[in-house]
Amino acid sequence: MLISNMEIVPGKTIVRHMGMVQGSTVRAKHVGRDIMAGFKNVFGGELKGYTELLSESRDEALQRLTEQATAIGANAVLNVRFSTSSIAAGASEIFVYGTAVILEDA
Amino acid sequence: MSGLLIFLFLLLTGYLSGRWLEQRHYRSILAREAALRHLLVLPVRVPANEHSQHDSTLVTGSVVVSVDYFKTVAASLRNVFGGRVGAYESLLDRARREATLRMQEEAQQLGADIIYNVKYETSRIGENDAKGLGSVEVLAYGTALTRPAHDAAA
Repeated sequence: MLISNMEIVPGKTIVRHMGMVQGSTVRAKHVGRDIMAGFKNVFGGELKGYTELLSESRDEALQRLTEQATAIGANAVLNVRFSTSSIAAGASEIFVYGTAVILEDA
Repeated sequence: MSGLLIFLFLLLTGYLSGRWLEQRHYRSILAREAALRHLLVLPVRVPANEHSQHDSTLVTGSVVVSVDYFKTVAASLRNVFGGRVGAYESLLDRARREATLRMQEEAQQLGADIIYNVKYETSRIGENDAKGLGSVEVLAYGTALTRPAHDAAA
Protein backbone atom coordinates (compact mmCIF):
# COMPACT_ATOMS: atom_id res chain seq x y z
CA MET A 1 0.00 0.00 0.00
CA LEU A 2 1.46 3.29 -1.11
CA ILE A 3 0.63 6.27 1.11
CA SER A 4 1.48 9.77 0.01
CA ASN A 5 0.33 13.27 0.79
CA MET A 6 0.69 14.42 -2.82
CA GLU A 7 -2.05 14.26 -5.43
CA ILE A 8 0.30 12.83 -8.02
CA VAL A 9 2.64 9.86 -7.78
CA PRO A 10 5.71 10.20 -10.00
CA GLY A 11 5.93 7.47 -12.62
CA LYS A 12 2.37 6.19 -12.02
CA THR A 13 -1.08 7.03 -13.27
CA ILE A 14 -4.34 6.90 -11.40
CA VAL A 15 -6.66 4.51 -13.17
CA ARG A 16 -9.54 4.64 -10.71
CA HIS A 17 -10.70 6.77 -7.77
CA MET A 18 -12.28 4.79 -4.96
CA GLY A 19 -13.45 7.62 -2.69
CA MET A 20 -12.30 8.80 0.69
CA VAL A 21 -10.87 6.53 3.39
CA GLN A 22 -10.15 7.46 6.98
CA GLY A 23 -8.74 6.18 10.22
CA SER A 24 -8.91 7.60 13.70
CA THR A 25 -8.00 6.75 17.26
CA VAL A 26 -8.49 8.29 20.69
CA ARG A 27 -5.82 7.61 23.28
CA ALA A 28 -4.87 8.63 26.77
CA LYS A 29 -1.68 8.22 28.77
CA HIS A 30 -1.66 6.69 32.23
CA VAL A 31 -1.77 8.98 35.25
CA GLY A 32 1.96 8.61 35.99
CA ARG A 33 2.80 10.17 32.65
CA ASP A 34 0.35 12.98 33.27
CA ILE A 35 1.94 13.73 36.62
CA MET A 36 5.39 13.72 35.02
CA ALA A 37 4.08 16.11 32.40
CA GLY A 38 2.84 18.39 35.17
CA PHE A 39 6.38 18.53 36.57
CA LYS A 40 7.78 19.16 33.13
CA ASN A 41 5.52 22.21 32.85
CA VAL A 42 7.71 23.75 35.57
CA PHE A 43 11.08 22.81 34.09
CA GLY A 44 10.38 22.89 30.36
CA GLY A 45 11.78 20.56 27.71
CA GLU A 46 10.41 17.75 25.57
CA LEU A 47 7.63 15.50 26.84
CA LYS A 48 8.97 12.23 25.43
CA GLY A 49 6.05 10.19 26.80
CA TYR A 50 3.53 12.30 24.90
CA THR A 51 5.63 12.37 21.73
CA GLU A 52 5.69 8.58 21.83
CA LEU A 53 1.98 8.31 22.59
CA LEU A 54 1.03 10.55 19.70
CA SER A 55 3.25 8.83 17.21
CA GLU A 56 1.88 5.43 18.26
CA SER A 57 -1.64 6.75 17.83
CA ARG A 58 -0.76 8.13 14.44
CA ASP A 59 0.61 4.76 13.34
CA GLU A 60 -2.61 3.13 14.50
CA ALA A 61 -4.77 5.65 12.65
CA LEU A 62 -2.70 5.08 9.50
CA GLN A 63 -3.11 1.34 9.97
CA ARG A 64 -6.89 1.70 10.08
CA LEU A 65 -6.79 3.88 6.99
CA THR A 66 -4.74 1.23 5.21
CA GLU A 67 -7.14 -1.54 6.27
CA GLN A 68 -10.08 0.41 4.91
CA ALA A 69 -8.29 1.07 1.63
CA THR A 70 -7.33 -2.61 1.28
CA ALA A 71 -10.92 -3.66 1.97
CA ILE A 72 -12.23 -1.65 -0.98
CA GLY A 73 -9.48 -2.92 -3.26
CA ALA A 74 -7.31 0.18 -3.58
CA ASN A 75 -3.54 -0.04 -3.89
CA ALA A 76 -2.66 3.51 -2.81
CA VAL A 77 -3.95 6.35 -0.65
CA LEU A 78 -3.14 9.83 -1.90
CA ASN A 79 -3.45 13.36 -0.56
CA VAL A 80 -3.32 12.17 3.04
CA ARG A 81 -3.98 14.74 5.79
CA PHE A 82 -3.51 14.48 9.55
CA SER A 83 -5.58 16.21 12.16
CA THR A 84 -5.17 16.22 15.94
CA SER A 85 -7.60 17.47 18.53
CA SER A 86 -7.51 17.27 22.30
CA ILE A 87 -11.03 16.26 23.18
CA ALA A 88 -10.65 15.93 26.96
CA ALA A 89 -8.03 16.35 29.65
CA GLY A 90 -5.24 13.90 28.86
CA ALA A 91 -6.84 12.39 25.75
CA SER A 92 -6.30 13.24 22.11
CA GLU A 93 -7.97 12.20 18.93
CA ILE A 94 -5.80 11.56 15.90
CA PHE A 95 -7.59 11.54 12.59
CA VAL A 96 -6.12 10.74 9.20
CA TYR A 97 -7.89 10.78 5.85
CA GLY A 98 -7.08 10.51 2.18
CA THR A 99 -8.26 9.43 -1.25
CA ALA A 100 -8.09 5.74 -2.09
CA VAL A 101 -7.05 5.05 -5.68
CA ILE A 102 -5.82 2.33 -7.96
CA LEU A 103 -2.44 3.14 -9.46
CA GLU A 104 -0.73 1.64 -12.45
CA ASP A 105 2.76 2.13 -13.86
CA ALA A 106 2.70 4.84 -16.48
CA MET B 1 4.41 34.53 52.69
CA SER B 2 5.24 30.85 52.08
CA GLY B 3 3.06 31.02 48.96
CA LEU B 4 5.21 33.84 47.63
CA LEU B 5 8.38 31.89 48.40
CA ILE B 6 7.11 28.85 46.51
CA PHE B 7 6.14 31.08 43.60
CA LEU B 8 9.60 32.69 43.47
CA PHE B 9 11.26 29.28 43.79
CA LEU B 10 9.22 27.87 40.89
CA LEU B 11 9.90 31.00 38.86
CA LEU B 12 13.65 30.75 39.38
CA THR B 13 13.74 26.98 38.79
CA GLY B 14 11.68 27.40 35.64
CA TYR B 15 13.87 30.22 34.39
CA LEU B 16 17.19 28.44 34.97
CA SER B 17 16.20 24.97 33.79
CA GLY B 18 14.02 26.28 30.94
CA ARG B 19 16.81 28.51 29.66
CA TRP B 20 19.37 25.74 29.92
CA LEU B 21 17.16 23.22 28.11
CA GLU B 22 16.27 25.76 25.43
CA GLN B 23 19.89 26.66 24.75
CA ARG B 24 20.85 23.00 24.61
CA HIS B 25 17.95 22.30 22.26
CA TYR B 26 18.91 25.17 19.95
CA ARG B 27 22.52 23.94 19.80
CA SER B 28 21.30 20.47 18.81
CA ILE B 29 18.85 21.92 16.25
CA LEU B 30 21.53 24.06 14.59
CA ALA B 31 24.01 21.20 14.38
CA ARG B 32 21.47 18.77 12.91
CA GLU B 33 20.10 21.35 10.49
CA ALA B 34 23.61 21.89 9.15
CA ALA B 35 24.07 18.14 8.72
CA LEU B 36 20.72 17.66 6.92
CA ARG B 37 20.86 20.70 4.66
CA HIS B 38 21.43 18.54 1.56
CA LEU B 39 18.01 16.90 2.00
CA LEU B 40 15.65 19.54 0.63
CA VAL B 41 12.26 20.06 2.21
CA LEU B 42 9.80 21.78 -0.12
CA PRO B 43 6.19 22.84 0.44
CA VAL B 44 5.60 22.25 -3.28
CA ARG B 45 2.77 20.03 -4.53
CA VAL B 46 4.10 19.00 -7.91
CA PRO B 47 7.46 17.20 -8.12
CA ALA B 48 10.11 18.39 -10.57
CA ASN B 49 10.85 16.45 -13.78
CA GLU B 50 14.10 15.05 -12.44
CA HIS B 51 12.10 13.17 -9.79
CA SER B 52 9.50 11.80 -12.20
CA GLN B 53 10.54 8.14 -11.72
CA HIS B 54 11.17 8.21 -7.96
CA ASP B 55 9.33 6.12 -5.37
CA SER B 56 7.15 8.02 -2.89
CA THR B 57 6.80 7.34 0.83
CA LEU B 58 4.98 9.29 3.50
CA VAL B 59 7.38 10.57 6.17
CA THR B 60 6.41 12.20 9.47
CA GLY B 61 8.15 13.85 12.39
CA SER B 62 6.57 15.00 15.60
CA VAL B 63 7.50 16.45 18.96
CA VAL B 64 5.74 17.61 22.12
CA VAL B 65 7.50 20.51 23.83
CA SER B 66 6.50 21.76 27.24
CA VAL B 67 6.53 25.31 28.58
CA ASP B 68 8.40 26.07 31.79
CA TYR B 69 7.03 27.99 34.76
CA PHE B 70 8.89 31.18 33.85
CA LYS B 71 7.46 31.20 30.32
CA THR B 72 3.94 30.72 31.66
CA VAL B 73 4.32 33.70 34.00
CA ALA B 74 6.07 35.86 31.38
CA ALA B 75 3.29 35.11 28.89
CA SER B 76 0.50 35.92 31.32
CA LEU B 77 2.17 39.27 32.05
CA ARG B 78 2.34 39.87 28.30
CA ASN B 79 -1.40 39.28 28.15
CA VAL B 80 -1.83 42.35 30.35
CA PHE B 81 0.35 44.71 28.32
CA GLY B 82 -0.04 43.19 24.88
CA GLY B 83 2.65 42.73 22.26
CA ARG B 84 4.91 39.92 21.12
CA VAL B 85 5.01 36.91 23.40
CA GLY B 86 8.67 35.99 22.93
CA ALA B 87 8.47 33.14 25.44
CA TYR B 88 5.98 31.24 23.28
CA GLU B 89 7.56 32.27 19.97
CA SER B 90 10.77 30.43 20.78
CA LEU B 91 8.81 27.42 22.05
CA LEU B 92 6.90 27.05 18.79
CA ASP B 93 10.00 27.74 16.72
CA ARG B 94 11.86 24.94 18.50
CA ALA B 95 8.94 22.54 18.11
CA ARG B 96 8.56 23.21 14.34
CA ARG B 97 12.25 22.88 13.63
CA GLU B 98 12.55 19.73 15.72
CA ALA B 99 9.57 18.13 13.94
CA THR B 100 11.07 19.04 10.56
CA LEU B 101 14.39 17.52 11.56
CA ARG B 102 12.80 14.27 12.69
CA MET B 103 10.93 14.05 9.39
CA GLN B 104 14.20 14.66 7.51
CA GLU B 105 15.94 11.99 9.59
CA GLU B 106 13.24 9.47 8.68
CA ALA B 107 13.61 10.40 5.02
CA GLN B 108 17.38 10.08 5.20
CA GLN B 109 17.06 6.54 6.55
CA LEU B 110 15.02 5.70 3.46
CA GLY B 111 17.76 7.22 1.32
CA ALA B 112 15.42 9.90 -0.03
CA ASP B 113 16.60 12.75 -2.27
CA ILE B 114 13.93 15.29 -1.43
CA ILE B 115 10.70 15.81 0.53
CA TYR B 116 7.72 17.38 -1.23
CA ASN B 117 4.41 18.83 -0.10
CA VAL B 118 5.36 19.44 3.51
CA LYS B 119 2.49 20.29 5.86
CA TYR B 120 2.50 21.26 9.50
CA GLU B 121 -0.08 20.53 12.13
CA THR B 122 0.09 22.23 15.52
CA SER B 123 -2.04 21.30 18.49
CA ARG B 124 -2.24 21.99 22.16
CA ILE B 125 -1.71 19.20 24.66
CA GLY B 126 -2.50 19.10 28.32
CA GLU B 127 -5.15 19.64 30.86
CA ASN B 128 -4.27 23.08 32.19
CA ASP B 129 -6.45 24.90 29.70
CA ALA B 130 -7.22 27.65 32.16
CA LYS B 131 -3.57 28.31 32.96
CA GLY B 132 -2.40 28.99 29.44
CA LEU B 133 -0.51 26.99 26.89
CA GLY B 134 0.73 23.86 28.69
CA SER B 135 2.55 22.13 25.87
CA VAL B 136 2.38 22.07 22.11
CA GLU B 137 2.62 19.25 19.67
CA VAL B 138 3.91 19.87 16.18
CA LEU B 139 3.64 17.30 13.44
CA ALA B 140 5.46 17.73 10.14
CA TYR B 141 4.69 15.41 7.26
CA GLY B 142 5.47 15.17 3.60
CA THR B 143 6.25 12.81 0.77
CA ALA B 144 9.83 11.61 0.48
CA LEU B 145 11.01 10.71 -3.01
CA THR B 146 13.60 7.96 -3.28
CA ARG B 147 15.55 6.97 -6.36
CA PRO B 148 14.31 3.49 -7.44
CA ALA B 149 16.62 0.62 -6.45
CA HIS B 150 17.43 -0.48 -10.02
CA ASP B 151 18.45 3.09 -10.87
CA ALA B 152 20.81 3.52 -7.98
CA ALA B 153 23.45 1.22 -9.42
CA ALA B 154 23.58 3.10 -12.72
